[in-house]
Formats: sequence, C-alpha cells, structure tokens
Amino acid sequence: MKDLFAVVMLSGIYGLLSASFFVTMDAVDVAITEAAVGAGIATLLMLVAVTMTGRYEQTASHRPVWVLVVVLVTGGLLLYGTLDMPYFGSVDAPAHLHVAPRYINDSMQEIGVSNIVTSVLASYRGFDTLGEVVVIFAAGIGVLALLSVARRPDEDAEIDSINVSMHEKYLILRVVAKILIPFILLFALYVQFHGDYGPGGGFQAGVIFAAAIILYSMLFGMSTARRVINQPLIQLLSAIGVLIYGSVGLISLLNGGNFLDYNLLSGDPVAGQHIGILLVELGIGCTVTSVMLIIYFNFAGRTEDYMRNGRKGA
Amino acid sequence: MFLGLYNYWIVVVLMMIGFYIVIAHGNLVKKIVGLNIFQTSVFIFYISVSNIDGGTAPILTEGFNRYSNPLPHVLILTAIVVGIATTALGLALAMRIREAYGSIEEEEIQQRDNREC
Repeated sequence: MKDLFAVVMLSGIYGLLSASFFVTMDAVDVAITEAAVGAGIATLLMLVAVTMTGRYEQTASHRPVWVLVVVLVTGGLLLYGTLDMPYFGSVDAPAHLHVAPRYINDSMQEIGVSNIVTSVLASYRGFDTLGEVVVIFAAGIGVLALLSVARRPDEDAEIDSINVSMHEKYLILRVVAKILIPFILLFALYVQFHGDYGPGGGFQAGVIFAAAIILYSMLFGMSTARRVINQPLIQLLSAIGVLIYGSVGLISLLNGGNFLDYNLLSGDPVAGQHIGILLVELGIGCTVTSVMLIIYFNFAGRTEDYMRNGRKGA
Repeated sequence: MFLGLYNYWIVVVLMMIGFYIVIAHGNLVKKIVGLNIFQTSVFIFYISVSNIDGGTAPILTEGFNRYSNPLPHVLILTAIVVGIATTALGLALAMRIREAYGSIEEEEIQQRDNREC
C-alpha cells in the first residue's frame, strides 16, 4: 500500500483489535493502556508526522526476493523453536510456577491492594518502574530537543486565522467533543485513583488524560490549546513526576529502610504501602501525561511551522 | 497434536510481517509502522503466555482462586507506554530528516549523502 494515510488508519484499527484481544486474555490493565496508546496517541502522532513528511510512499526499486527469504528462514526457525513450548493456557507452564504464586497468594497481606498488577508494578517491582518512568521522561526531552521551535506572538495570530477558517467546517465534531472531553478527563482521574481496587493506575490514566487534551487541541486549534495548556508548566510537571517518585524512594531510605520500601512510610506497614503506591502512581501519572503532551505539541508545532514556511517559500 | 501452540504461531507470523516491512520498505514512517507491529507481536506473546485456562483477571475477588499471571501484565503495561515514547522519538527523527533532506525515502537520502561527499 502506497498511501501512508491508509497505513496509519489501519495501524490504528490494529491497535484497537489488539486491545480487545488483551481483554479476552484477562489482561485488563494492559488493554486500557493499549486502547489509549495504540488506537489513540500512536495513530495521532503518525498522522501528524505523515502530514509533514508526505502522504505517498515511492515505489521501491530494489528486489524484495532476498528480504522474503530472510524473513521466511527466520520465521521458520522461530516456529521450530515453539515446538518445545508449553501449550496455550496450560496451568503448569514454567512461567506460572515461580514468582507469580507468591504475588497472588501473599500480596493481599503484604500490600493490602486487591489489584495484583498495581501492587507488583508500584511496590514489588517499584525500582523497575522508576526506570521506565525515567526512560519516558528522557524520550520527552529528546523530542523537545529535536523539534521545539521558538515562536513569536505575530506568528501565532497568523496561525490563528488559518485555524478559525479550518475549524468552522467541523461544527458537529466540536460540539460532540465539548460534551465528551470532561467525561474523558473525569474517567482518567477515576482510573488514576481507583487503580488499587480495579484495573487502572498512573500509566493508564496518564495516556487517557493526554488523549483527551490532544483531542481538544485537534478540534479547537493548536493556539487555543496552547492558551489552555501552559507549555513551560507541563515541561516542569514531567520533571516533577519523576521527582515525586524518586523522593518517595529517598524518604524510605531516610527512614532506615531500602530504597522504595514503603513499609516505613507509616507506622503500619500496610498503610505505608497504600501511601507509597498512591504517591508513586501520582508521579507516574504526572510524567506520562506531560510527556505525551510535550510530544504532541512539539510535533504539531513543528508541522505548522514547516507548512507555513513551505507556503511562503512557494 | 501441536495445535495447542497456535498462539505462538500467530505471534511468529505477526513478527515476521513487521520484520518484512522494516527491511523491504524504504519509507521511514512505514518502517516505524513495521516496528510497531513487531513490538505488538511481542506484547501478544507475553500476554498469551500469562493466560491460564479457567483463570480470571488478576484482581483479588472472593470466589475466585485462579488468576492469570500478573507479572507479564506489568512488564507489558510499562512496555506499551515506553514503546509509544520511543516511537514518538523515531517519528521526530523522521520529521527532522524530512526537513534536512526534503525526503524520507532511504534511497534518496543515501543518494544525496553520496553526492555531497
């Protein structure tokens, strides 16, 4: 397929399909994340990139025969490798025999949180998750370094006039979105703070929150969105999220425990775990939301800039 | 007899589709889409491994004692969000390449580089 717009749309549908697959596989937390990321944010970012880089792909001149051979050989070897694997859904597969039973049996006494995914994510493997949050933060800084443009107020006014003429066309979409967006934001908050008891947590809430704001800025124009969302503020927030996470670790260190040992945050270990998980999830939510917004705003800002310069040059 | 392994076969097929796109296409955005498919196949692999016959979602509830394995869920949950962040970084690089070279086709970029050398 040479039309990249169609490719991007198909990959969005693929994201939604894999999200529903995760629901049938009992992985509800993963499904929420994949629905917001795969069908929402990833598709939008690719669309923005395609508007800038050109819609059509050129026909390749090299022969794909050798590629096909490489792919088939690799695939064949991988298939051969699966013959020794445990069957799908089998109870006594090695993956289920070691760490998982402890999480399932003891996490209620040790952490006191009914969603095991949350207790593993934020407490048992808290150090790991801190690393992931830092990776996301680093990616946000990378996008900022690659794409950020300095803009002057008069440029904003010029872009505004383009936006107004463009967005009058989409009246119905704007009215529907205006009704929907508050509920999406509310749902994101619910997912954030109910993560201890149901499916949810900082990562899921962060991407849902960001998706709502991105929807807003797509329909109402970038300059309106820039007035609502203060750019330096979200850049600060992305750092503050990592800071909150790290500080929780340091406080437990100062209280005489290990890094990220929430038991010492309060007199009662289970209450300490609750406080720790709540704070850590808040930090994750902050960083994820603001990094996603930084990425989107810089993508869109760069594209606007490029389009305008291209029009002037032509 | 080997039919119980079909989840792995689906994963391998998806992974090879992604692999093919990454190698065979010169367009950088399409390469990133291919990488995404490759990545999702790994997600599906982990999640299908975590599934247990007769199990339910790993949220402790009265009346259930068999849950699917929560550990792969945690790993993939974070991997998805890290994946979108790195995808965004890749797309950002593609956009900068377009600004610098006027194209995101691999062959044209290479030709321009060779001419300038």
